[in-house]
Amino acid sequence: MADGKNDKLKELAQKQMAALDKLCEDHKNRHYLIRLYTCDAIGCHSGGSSDVIRSLTEVINSHGAMEKIRMVPTGCMGLCGKGPLVRIEADGVKPAMYKLVGDMLARIIAAEHVIPLLKWIEGGRKGEFTTSQFLKDNELCLDLPFFTRQHKIVLRDMGHADPENLGEYLANEGYDALKKALFKMKPKDVVEEIKRSGLRGRGGGGFPTGLKWEFAAKAPLVEGEKFIICNADEGDPGAYMDSCIMGGGPHQVIEGMMLAAYAIGATTGWIYIRAEYPLAIQRLETALRQCKKHGILGRNIFGSGWDFMIEVRYGAGAFVCGEETALMASIEGKRGSPHMRPPYPTQKGMWGRPSCINNVETLAAIPIIMRQGADWYNKIGDEKSRGTKVFALTGHAKHGGLVEVPMGMTLREVVEEIGGGTDTGNPVKAVQTGGPSGGVIPASQFDAPITYESLNEMGSMMGSGGLIIMDSTDSMVNIAKFYLDFTVDESCGKCSPCRIGGYQMLKTLEKISKGKGEIADLQKLKDLAFAMKKASLCGLGQTAPNPVVSTLKHFEDEYTTLIKK
Amino acid sequence: MEKEQEDQVRTAAKKWAKQRGSLVMALHEVQGALGFVPWDAARIIAEEMDVPLARIYEVVSFYSYFKLEKPGDVVISICDGTACHIKGSPGLIAAFEKDLSIACGTSTEDGMFHLQAVRCIGCCGLAPAVVVNGKTYGKVKPPECATIVKEWKAKMKDKMKDKVS
Ligand SMILES: Cc1cc2nc3c(=O)[nH]c(=O)nc-3n(C[C@H](O)[C@H](O)[C@H](O)COP(=O)(O)O)c2cc1C
Ligand code: SF4
Ligand code: FES
Ligand code: FES
Repeated sequence: MADGKNDKLKELAQKQMAALDKLCEDHKNRHYLIRLYTCDAIGCHSGGSSDVIRSLTEVINSHGAMEKIRMVPTGCMGLCGKGPLVRIEADGVKPAMYKLVGDMLARIIAAEHVIPLLKWIEGGRKGEFTTSQFLKDNELCLDLPFFTRQHKIVLRDMGHADPENLGEYLANEGYDALKKALFKMKPKDVVEEIKRSGLRGRGGGGFPTGLKWEFAAKAPLVEGEKFIICNADEGDPGAYMDSCIMGGGPHQVIEGMMLAAYAIGATTGWIYIRAEYPLAIQRLETALRQCKKHGILGRNIFGSGWDFMIEVRYGAGAFVCGEETALMASIEGKRGSPHMRPPYPTQKGMWGRPSCINNVETLAAIPIIMRQGADWYNKIGDEKSRGTKVFALTGHAKHGGLVEVPMGMTLREVVEEIGGGTDTGNPVKAVQTGGPSGGVIPASQFDAPITYESLNEMGSMMGSGGLIIMDSTDSMVNIAKFYLDFTVDESCGKCSPCRIGGYQMLKTLEKISKGKGEIADLQKLKDLAFAMKKASLCGLGQTAPNPVVSTLKHFEDEYTTLIKK
Repeated sequence: MEKEQEDQVRTAAKKWAKQRGSLVMALHEVQGALGFVPWDAARIIAEEMDVPLARIYEVVSFYSYFKLEKPGDVVISICDGTACHIKGSPGLIAAFEKDLSIACGTSTEDGMFHLQAVRCIGCCGLAPAVVVNGKTYGKVKPPECATIVKEWKAKMKDKMKDKVS
């Protein structure tokens, strides 16, 4: 390169770095007396958090106090079932959280809690600060096991940080891991670190991430290219972890992707995200714009000489496109039909280029592991399943929402302590994990630890993180039928075991639930399930029978009762 | 298609034609602007992006997100993801079907309402959830379905009035 051009590039990088440092410093140097967080993730957003933020702002503005109070729209605070949520924090004061906040309550909170608290602090904190009984009745107890029993690593910043504030991400050590990798580590050191962390893929399969990266790193470029792909298709029809991670921590996912790219030598990154998540898409696009503007993405990143860009592509409502080979076909502009592996994507992927696909949650864990070190991470969790897992706790959970727990925690702790049992007061009958590929686990087995292996042994799987609590009134035949109906609908139809087998299983289930079944139908279901598992081309068909097989295994009596009627 | 819409489609197709892996993105942009992907639009995309029309048809029909026909003015999407299903979405579907006298997946004769079941929209905490033209209703009970329909009928009436005056 000509020297003049080199100097220019250097100068640009220095300018950009200085601007970033300033963003970070500015954020650190702004002090507020009170921090007012409003959850603005998808659940609370749909519940009206924008109105809440507007009302809070109006009241605070009318007292001329905006300068002293930091208003933060945040990622998911966790207890989505009680949203919209608002949390008030100030140094030396116990935080308070309000639930089910609407327009009116927001005004009252601002006028009768935030403003008096501000005056109390400014007045020298005389006496004890209290609020009215009315407000107390609308508060959530922050000592709930729901909050205290979790271990937040991936979700660390959600609920505390503004996903659209790059300065805040930088102030929270954001992009530090990337800088360290670019300047102080060889790509293979990054692969080694992730291997040592024990991290396994959070998209469902649980494949060791470091190992996948090692394969990808070894693959030579094809036509000068290699890809890292972020799978944000989140197909499980009752789970929203990835949507919240992407929407609440877009920079965290981007940094994770960049670290992966550096480690494996990828030239371009692709994010494949569900079109049904407009809010997550919007926050991701904002973050990407910020990165491009500040030279975090593009050429000569941080002056290191490394170039990298990320492209975003939307899904279009096909569950099977979450499967890696179908996903790549979809980006290539084809129908999303899976194809045989090998060759594995890490050898020959999109447009024939080596492509490494990782899930959103997997990638979001990377910057934190690289910051804190593999030795820190691999001490958390279980021997074979390290770290934490994020679950969307839904169904009849009393305290439903987004939770992150160390691997190895028992299902009982998650369901009964964190989830607080059922919202109906009926006993818990079972949980369902793994979505359409998973199965049900009866309450009698809740002492089992949450690990990839133990969930598989019980006939379910980790899956991407849906965890549905079912109470004694929920029909297991019904839930099996629900999932099968879904997979039959979503089968791409390429191979007959899945296309025909699934349809026949569904017809048999429908016959049974109408009370027209025979005992012989149960064997028929088992035989069809076996054939589908063995002969289907991709994971969709191979795992589609799981909801039926597992309900048959644990709740066969519910089937026979319907047959005998 | 009107000239203005045709231009819109052509601009979108031209923009995406420059980038690889973007057929689905072009279709998204067209559906975002027109509400569905009309045949003429598919033809323009084929032309501008140099993709066989057959491929476009294959792709549009494969992905459930894309609509080949004009949807109703008011699209009622009932979430029938797992969380909502357990919390009673089948009852909501039945209630809407009864109130509008149409089956889920179809539109009313006047084209005003379209009823559809969708999968998880990411707010399982509000289960069962219903989305009407972008507005979310959470923890919906079957008797409230008729109220929601009434609300939107009134809204559409006001809109018509605005147009006339
Ligand atoms: C039918 C089917 C659907 C899938 N859906 C998803 C999904 O929505 N998100 C995801 O990350 N992985 C999904 N996967 C797994 C991916 O194929 C792939 O293993 C994963 O993205 C790899 O990332 P990880 O190693 O970080 O888990 C799906 C697999 C199958 C067979
Ligand atoms: S198993 Fe089902 S989804 Fe997978 S390729 Fe075969 S038909 Fe398609
Ligand atoms: S969306 Fe607000 S708590 Fe989860
Ligand atoms: S299942 Fe309905 S919003 Fe998630």
